[in-house]
Amino acid sequence: MANSSPAAAKTKGKQSKLYSSYEKPYPRNVKGAFRRYKWLTLFVLLGIYYLAPFLRWDRGEGPGQAILIDMPARRAYFFFIEIWPQEVYYLTGLLIIAAIVLFAATSLFGRVWCGFACFQTVWTDLFLWVEAKVEGDRTHRIQLDKSPWSFAKFGRKTLKHILFMIISLLTGGAWIMYFNDAPTVLGEIFQGAAGSGTYLFLFLFTATTYVMAGWAREQACIYMCPYARFQGAMLDDESLIITYEGWRGEPRAHAKTDDNFEGRGHCVDCKACVQACPTGIDIREGSQLACINCGLCADACNDVMDRFKLPRGLITYDSVANQKSRSIGEKPQSHLLRPRTMIYAGVLVIVSVVMAYSLSTRDRLKLNVLHERAPLFSRLSDGGVRNGYTLKILNMVRVNREIAFEIEGITVAKTTVIGREDAGESPMLPVKPDSVGDYRLFVSVARENVPKGSVPITVVIRDLKTGETARALDVFAGPEE
Amino acid sequence: MANVEKDLISGQNTTGHEWDGIKELDTPLPKWWVYIFWASILWSIGYFVLYPSIPFLKSYTKGYFNYSSRDELAKDLVVQAQQRGKWLADFQGKDVGEIAKDQGLLRYAMAGGKAAFNENCAPCHGVGGGGSLGFANLTDDEWIWGGKLEDIQQTIAYGIRSGHEKARFAEMTKFGVEGVLKPAEIDQVADYVVGLSSGKGDANAPGAQIFTDNCVACHGEGGVGMRETGAPALNNAIFTQIKGDKTSIALQVSNPQHGVMPAWADRLGAETVKMLAIYVHSLGGGEK
Repeated sequence: MANSSPAAAKTKGKQSKLYSSYEKPYPRNVKGAFRRYKWLTLFVLLGIYYLAPFLRWDRGEGPGQAILIDMPARRAYFFFIEIWPQEVYYLTGLLIIAAIVLFAATSLFGRVWCGFACFQTVWTDLFLWVEAKVEGDRTHRIQLDKSPWSFAKFGRKTLKHILFMIISLLTGGAWIMYFNDAPTVLGEIFQGAAGSGTYLFLFLFTATTYVMAGWAREQACIYMCPYARFQGAMLDDESLIITYEGWRGEPRAHAKTDDNFEGRGHCVDCKACVQACPTGIDIREGSQLACINCGLCADACNDVMDRFKLPRGLITYDSVANQKSRSIGEKPQSHLLRPRTMIYAGVLVIVSVVMAYSLSTRDRLKLNVLHERAPLFSRLSDGGVRNGYTLKILNMVRVNREIAFEIEGITVAKTTVIGREDAGESPMLPVKPDSVGDYRLFVSVARENVPKGSVPITVVIRDLKTGETARALDVFAGPEE
Repeated sequence: MANVEKDLISGQNTTGHEWDGIKELDTPLPKWWVYIFWASILWSIGYFVLYPSIPFLKSYTKGYFNYSSRDELAKDLVVQAQQRGKWLADFQGKDVGEIAKDQGLLRYAMAGGKAAFNENCAPCHGVGGGGSLGFANLTDDEWIWGGKLEDIQQTIAYGIRSGHEKARFAEMTKFGVEGVLKPAEIDQVADYVVGLSSGKGDANAPGAQIFTDNCVACHGEGGVGMRETGAPALNNAIFTQIKGDKTSIALQVSNPQHGVMPAWADRLGAETVKMLAIYVHSLGGGEK
């Protein structure tokens, strides 16, 4: 870059923040408490992810998989819960709960989700571990990337990407298991017998894992993730975040282990924190958008502090308010109970209770009624009028049911159910387990009771064994004049 | 490109164009974009070779795979015919009564019948069989030629006045045109029929005797209708061929109009006719 004049250099200093080319971070391996937490969450979460589809659950006739989204059959299973498509709002409820938990966790502990539990973080961590095993630690990787192409470089890069792709394939493969019977689809995939959709999604999820964890990495957090952008709104001065004790660290300067630290800051400007950072930032500039709160800089710094026999925690997990107190020598106090956190907790409790209540008392027998529109009604030879309806009886349990029905709101002369004519005028309607019974019903009204225009009616169905009822509103249409 | 000017801030070359002091950077295209661009070109060459590509006046290059969407459709139709074959065997072997008693076959017949109805019958009888003036309403409980499954099946198969040798056929005398009844008599009998249809048939009315002498032979005592002769019931408010007012009735007595329905057995095949019969029977008016 040509800096021909001081004026140009000045302009550059002022404006360069608007324009910077991408600098790939090469995070250095670190050891410490945060690193151990990250490994722990990684093992637990990946363990759940890969093993959960293989959990079995006995449903009698139905699929035997504990967690399953059965797209062709339009059902979702979670252990003892079975969801029909029209109950998908329970998923909305689950997402709302998850969102509030996330908000509450963020306001209490900062971006713990981002730093430890987010899939982008977990897989990026795993991929970085593989990268370090194949290409070596930070300096080796930088050198390898700078070096001209050679057979050895090509070999290492190829090996790395093959390993990436294998992990991606396993990731994508496990995702498929949640949508198919896991052991069956596993066999089919290897035999080449699975459906083209299965292979398509296998490829899709493999490709996205490879691209997101192999290439995009921290750019996903910085440029793609919407949550990273609005998390700032949940943080306040009391939230625990990764902080740099500027009051103790500054003024920073290089140092030797036997230096006297009187009259200067504890930061030895070794840049260990910057090199450890998986998003390539300098935490000493304060909390910032790209910081995912993983704490690896704290681990790196603690290591350095130990070597200089300085107190640990120059970079530490603390709140901005505490840091202010510490800087003026006051005792820090934690305020976990704040209006913000209490509101989150309150909303969480309310939503959870509402969802749990509605889930435990939800109907397992439902009715949809469709009024025949062509023709809207038929005049009969005796002057009466007949309307046609389609009853859709949703039997949402896994037992056979016999359903009785009646019409409220109009004096009915006669009812007929197509296919059940032999069973009398108000026959029982059999509905198979976990399915929709579809019946054509004709309702006739005698001449003297025929309404003018449409009148509201209610169709009531009843399972006489369990006493469950379901009702649906509709109309009985008569001639306008 | 003798004088390439470098932008000091970004280090990028400029295009040399300047507008009010703003210089355009000659930023190269992003690499990923360029890669995808070349990959697309490679892909298109492969596509060009493998699939139909160049149109000629009367033909086109077939491509290595020799792909044709028409062939694909033909294959699909063969598969579909095989799948239908399983069901159609039942429809060939059983009569409509047996089919209607089997819940599975009934469901299949209702779906198949509905599709065939909407395609072939709805233009006259209306979607859902509501009918219109001149075309029978199939959802009510009045049938000119019978509302049992077998009756409906026969009507659909051979039609009404269709010219088919098994077609249902009947013709009403042209009482006015042929001079059987005088205009005044026609007027009286029309009055009587209007009374019948509204449930107020007056046995002492002047038309009553004319009705007995001329109409009862086909339309039955009290106008109850006769299905063997295709004579509709006149003792209710349902009229198919005409409106139910006195003028229309008088016109019909004088110079009758007759509905025509084509025979469908040869066009649709016996299995589809059975499905249609079951569907029509299920529209509300089916009789046992």
